[in-house]
Amino acid sequence: MRRDRRTLALMFGVPIIMLTMFGYAARFDVKKIPTAVVGPVPAGGAGLGPGFDIVARRPAGDVATARRLLRDSRADVALVTGPDRTDVLVDGVELFSAQSALRRLATLPRARVEVLYNPSLSTAVVMVPSIIGFILLFVGLFITSLGVVREREQGTFEQFAVMPLRPLDVIVGKIAPYFAVAALNMVLAVVAGVVLFDVPFRGSVVLLAAFGLAFLFAVQGFGVLVSTASRSQGEAVQLAILIILPQIMVSGMIFPIRAMPTVLRWIGAVMPLTYFNIGMRSVLLKAAPLAALWFPLVMLVGLAAVVFVVSVLLFRRELA
Amino acid sequence: MSWGAERVVVRFGATTALDGVSLAVTPGRVHAVVGGDGSGKSTLLRLLAGVLREDGGTVRRPPPHRIGFVSAGGGVVPDLTVAENVEFVAHAHRLSGWRDRAGDLLQRSGLAAFGDRLAGHLSGGQHRKLAGTMALLPGPELLILDEVTTGLDPDSRLEIGRLVAGAAASGTAVVTATAYLDEAERAEEVLLLHDGRVLAAGSPRSIIAAVPGCIDDLDAPDDPDRAWRRGRRWRQWRPAGDRRSGGAMTLEDAAIVSELAAGGGAR
Repeated sequence: MRRDRRTLALMFGVPIIMLTMFGYAARFDVKKIPTAVVGPVPAGGAGLGPGFDIVARRPAGDVATARRLLRDSRADVALVTGPDRTDVLVDGVELFSAQSALRRLATLPRARVEVLYNPSLSTAVVMVPSIIGFILLFVGLFITSLGVVREREQGTFEQFAVMPLRPLDVIVGKIAPYFAVAALNMVLAVVAGVVLFDVPFRGSVVLLAAFGLAFLFAVQGFGVLVSTASRSQGEAVQLAILIILPQIMVSGMIFPIRAMPTVLRWIGAVMPLTYFNIGMRSVLLKAAPLAALWFPLVMLVGLAAVVFVVSVLLFRRELA
Repeated sequence: MSWGAERVVVRFGATTALDGVSLAVTPGRVHAVVGGDGSGKSTLLRLLAGVLREDGGTVRRPPPHRIGFVSAGGGVVPDLTVAENVEFVAHAHRLSGWRDRAGDLLQRSGLAAFGDRLAGHLSGGQHRKLAGTMALLPGPELLILDEVTTGLDPDSRLEIGRLVAGAAASGTAVVTATAYLDEAERAEEVLLLHDGRVLAAGSPRSIIAAVPGCIDDLDAPDDPDRAWRRGRRWRQWRPAGDRRSGGAMTLEDAAIVSELAAGGGAR
């Protein structure tokens, strides 16, 4: 056992990762709800309790302004002040923020509360878009890494080395089929989400495809990286688990990012699944436009490019 | 044009897998590389094939597409049929008019009737014969076979032997690592490796002739450190003995004696 360092690392590493991340990330209660105040603020203040963190003020705005702020994920709650009453818009996609906000808003006088995008606060509507990312990561990473390692074990890469094939030919030939399967997986998962779980598809197909494409590149990159670092299929499985687990924990898929400590937020900020989740939820549920999603898209494309290019270079070195 | 290795050194970390090994490979001849486990046979073959790089010495080899290489793993794609595997090689090499040659090679290797069978469903012998067929299809200048007959039945070994002999007859230089010394005895040149070094090299006849002393065929050995079993009887090396007084010596005897002399111990 002491000679099998990778298994040893897995035996101790996974419990430590799970304990640390579950311990710190497993917070469903959002203590500070990012809130926007739209319209003139009354002399006595907006009347919100201490749980609301005012992150944006739009004194000249109206209800449409508030809706845009929520759609673009600039805030989870928007307060639209008026002379007679206060309209409160709540982003139903941020499930835990919304639940926390609704509890606190119950005490606000003359307030009309409306939950947008997910009025029934359905867990499935929010979770299914994220699960699609998890499925792609899980299946894509395993099929790519195991497939490549299996071929190496069978000696086909050594065979390719004495064939008039460029390393690029082999890389494209190996990765393209897995990419196509993963892309089909994504389409099927989205269709299943819409048909079986009533997940609305309100946004742009092109934007969704852009997020999907970038994420699939990242997943394929992770798959090739795992295969490059693994001598056997068993090792590939171990390493894949170590890559998948942290992404599930800190990507906002299960636990709200806003409730996490800063360190975990930073770890999440370099995980492709984090940005894919934001993209999926925002496009599918909120019909957010590119103008609101350029940052997560650029981050996802950047991370995917780094992972994919590094993995291809390492794979190429192995084949050359 | 001849190929080969000249005083090559290959290291894996702190382990020296090949230490000053030379092998001259001549077109139209079969060169057998023999030696125990870990002697460096596969390393030398992979070096000749170009899938490994030398840390010292020089290697002369044809361009990659003129090399046919069957690795110990086989290199056959199990999810493709026999015909698809062959077709893949033909397309990779951009061969034209390859179907007749492929048909001939499959016929000679006894695989003509299995074109539609998945390579992953072939027997061990069929698998190796398919790998050999794929390596031979482009008509390589240098054919490298890494223990392709290990574990096969005598018929399969014979069929592979015919394929190899046919390739050599058409001018291909063949280098084959083998665990069977009777196979090596049929090669024109033999290289005997031990712990990454050359113990003996030359024709089987010259290697046998270079062994000092003689071999006795006994019911029971009187010098167990220099004796090994063959069937129910014992072979025993007498370093100072007169060759004429002992029994006929085989390449297997010569290989064992060479390893004994190098400090490899008795079997």
